[in-house]
Amino acid sequence: MNLDQLQRKLLAAARAHPPSDRVPYAFEQRILARVRELSAVDAWTLWARNLWRAATPCVAVMVLLLAWFLLVPSSHPANTDWSQELENTVLAAADPEQPPTDVLR
Amino acid sequence: MERTETELIAAVLRGDAASFEPLVQKYSPRVFATARRYARRESEIEDIVQEVWLKAFQKLNGFRGEAPFEHWLMRLAVRTCYDFLRGHQRNRETPFSELSEPESDWLDHFVSQPETATENADAARQLIERILEQLSPAGRLIITLLEIEERSVKEIAKLTGWSVPLVKVRAFRARAEMRKLLAKMAKEKYL
Repeated sequence: MNLDQLQRKLLAAARAHPPSDRVPYAFEQRILARVRELSAVDAWTLWARNLWRAATPCVAVMVLLLAWFLLVPSSHPANTDWSQELENTVLAAADPEQPPTDVLR
Repeated sequence: MERTETELIAAVLRGDAASFEPLVQKYSPRVFATARRYARRESEIEDIVQEVWLKAFQKLNGFRGEAPFEHWLMRLAVRTCYDFLRGHQRNRETPFSELSEPESDWLDHFVSQPETATENADAARQLIERILEQLSPAGRLIITLLEIEERSVKEIAKLTGWSVPLVKVRAFRARAEMRKLLAKMAKEKYL
């Protein structure tokens, strides 16, 4: 059997019978009904969609702040004793070296 | 006054869903003809066409108007048909020994008198349909577009979103696949 010729004949048969372009009755209406369902978005969908949209700039701001915090050198000296600073702040009112505020008046 | 396609698309994008109807009416015959190349059952064909239109509606804001709407829509249609073929590749293996009587007669006629075997016979059309159904999804798409619809490689690349070299490679493989199926059919029938 000549397979090349068979292939040519069968492909020619397919070309000779183009498929029908018939559209079922009221098909447009069916599509339009589905399209209307798609376009009718409720308030919660809208809210959720906007929330997702807002998430991107929020993440971007967060990343920028993190980068700024890590890259910009601190204004405090490197050898700051944080525990001492905290103690000074908390005990500032009880510091005997500082005069009471009403004496200053 | 009848509105142009650009006006209709702009109206749909503004939220007027009713303006989508004239587009559906105008192009549905073409989309149906395309879908019928890849699916046989009418319910499957309707599902494919419905999916094409829903995708078109959802992606309409991506239509830039550089090419005609019809080209954009047909790209969507071809890609949806390809997705359909990929999703339905099971049960492709049907033995050629189960050929119908007219198909078998047509093949016998071809073997005895290849020149006179007519291409217009229904049996020949059923045979090619049987062969196409057993091709891989990419093979079927390529053979349909290249050999049956006689489109150029460049056109196929645009329709499928594949590169030109990929279309050529897939066309080569599809032809080889088809030859293999024809050989299998001949072997099962005559040996």
